[in-house]
Amino acid sequence: MGSPGQARFLRLGETGRARIALVVDGETIEALEGDSLLVAILTARGRLRRSEFGPEARSGFCLMAACQDCWVWTADGHRLRACDTPARAGLSLVTEQPELSWPNRA
Amino acid sequence: MAEPRIIIVGAGPAGVRAAEALVAAGVRPVLLDEGQRDGGQIYRRQPEGFSRTPEQLYGTEAGRAIALHRSFERLKPQIDYRPRHLAWNVADGVVHTISEGKPGQFAYDALIIAAGATDRLLPVKGWQHAGVYSLGGAQIALKAQACAIGRKVVFLGTGPLLQLVALQYHKAGAEVVALLDTSPFPRQVMALPKLAARPGMLLKGLRIVGGLMASGMAIHRGVTPVEIHGEAEAGVTGVSVRLASGEIRRFDCDAVGLGYHLRPEAQLADLARCAFTFDARTRQFWPEIDADGRSSVPGIYLAGDGVRTQGADGAEISGALAACAALEDLGRSVPDAPRAALRAKARVMERFREGIAEAYPWPAGLAADLPDEAILCRCEGITVGELREAAKEKGADEVNRAKALTRVGMGRCQGRYCGHAGAEIVAAATGMPLEAVGRLRGQAPVKPLAIAAGEVQP
Repeated sequence: MGSPGQARFLRLGETGRARIALVVDGETIEALEGDSLLVAILTARGRLRRSEFGPEARSGFCLMAACQDCWVWTADGHRLRACDTPARAGLSLVTEQPELSWPNRA
Repeated sequence: MAEPRIIIVGAGPAGVRAAEALVAAGVRPVLLDEGQRDGGQIYRRQPEGFSRTPEQLYGTEAGRAIALHRSFERLKPQIDYRPRHLAWNVADGVVHTISEGKPGQFAYDALIIAAGATDRLLPVKGWQHAGVYSLGGAQIALKAQACAIGRKVVFLGTGPLLQLVALQYHKAGAEVVALLDTSPFPRQVMALPKLAARPGMLLKGLRIVGGLMASGMAIHRGVTPVEIHGEAEAGVTGVSVRLASGEIRRFDCDAVGLGYHLRPEAQLADLARCAFTFDARTRQFWPEIDADGRSSVPGIYLAGDGVRTQGADGAEISGALAACAALEDLGRSVPDAPRAALRAKARVMERFREGIAEAYPWPAGLAADLPDEAILCRCEGITVGELREAAKEKGADEVNRAKALTRVGMGRCQGRYCGHAGAEIVAAATGMPLEAVGRLRGQAPVKPLAIAAGEVQP
């Protein structure tokens, strides 16, 4: 496990929105109301998750709910697609799948 | 006769105009859409609380975007609108949906599928690294979330979206390092007679090119992608291409927007057993339709970029035509004059579509030439060499057989982003024509569902 790195996405505007806090892998990050989970995470760190099939970090790909590259999980194992799930204050997420192989959890 | 049950899938330009035509005929359709809000991808709305103007969001298409959004607001009380509903299967006259974990079933007399398009991708060595996004994805980051995909961005591929997104990023204040287009410039000149079918749209395209020239970003046409450089942890660090001059040049960056125009999301049409046909110009299979969007299956109509990549204006026309066809087939009378006008416009859209396809060709040779070590399936890290070996050594000369042997097309994206290149690789490895190696069959569910949802399926 390396560090999640510096922010990947760069905000170009719309920064006057209310600030919200959520927790990713135990670390509190600040996001803006109206962010998708993907944007909330990638404006705070460099990756969304690790590939199960290779050494590389992953950070989503299509942003339109087609590629499924951006799955993250709630602490109780519920799967969320980060690109089309709104970030909400107080959400707690993990970027490592709680169980073994990819299709086996809700 | 009882009111016909008509279902529309997709609330983009085609779906909304189909709904409008049905409502005008006194029908209350069900409109299923996976998105949170109407508009589809091209006229996607920004979330509540954002303040950019339509002109900032949609540029020259602001007027059309506003018109579509307003039409939808007027229609909303007269239709059964179901946002956040993924249509994941069509079987025996029923559309199966899932919405926030809850399954649903919608029986229909007529089904209009306007599922839209996704980016057409062609792998390049290193495309699995964090920081590589589809062009459409790069545009959504900006349009829906006011973000750039990185601090130094390269756009690579071809097609109208490549140039549009590069210019939108530049205008929004992002640093665009380079625009690298695989299409040689003479192809665009040769396509001019067809592109002139829509002079206004051609002019918009020329203005985009002018804006790019004035932007100061590096622009190279006729390039051959070599590699996206990256590190496992840091993600993308650069892009190398062979320029038209033969020189190999590297551009340092931390993000890449990659795409080769669009491909129809035709899985639902496939599950509904619509016949597909091979299109030699774009080198892909797509569903057969008549001039009004009738598929080969009675009661199934196809519209918008989910069947032919004509763009938003063409989608609005084809959506209205598909609704007219559905009404007519259900025994309703459809006025002739407006429909004749729509058909005439549709022919113009189709001619322009052909021009775009010729101006920005799918570079099939790039797929066939990918090195063995390049990752083809970015979902599961399967290499080009593994697919080639299956095709050459294990007799997998058809893409579904190759999928069974290698898992190419079986991962999270279900072949959306590797399928077209995979078919080119199988064809080149076996020496067979592309149309002979077939296409990945659509499978239900069209996107992965949570297992918990399966327990309450009938």
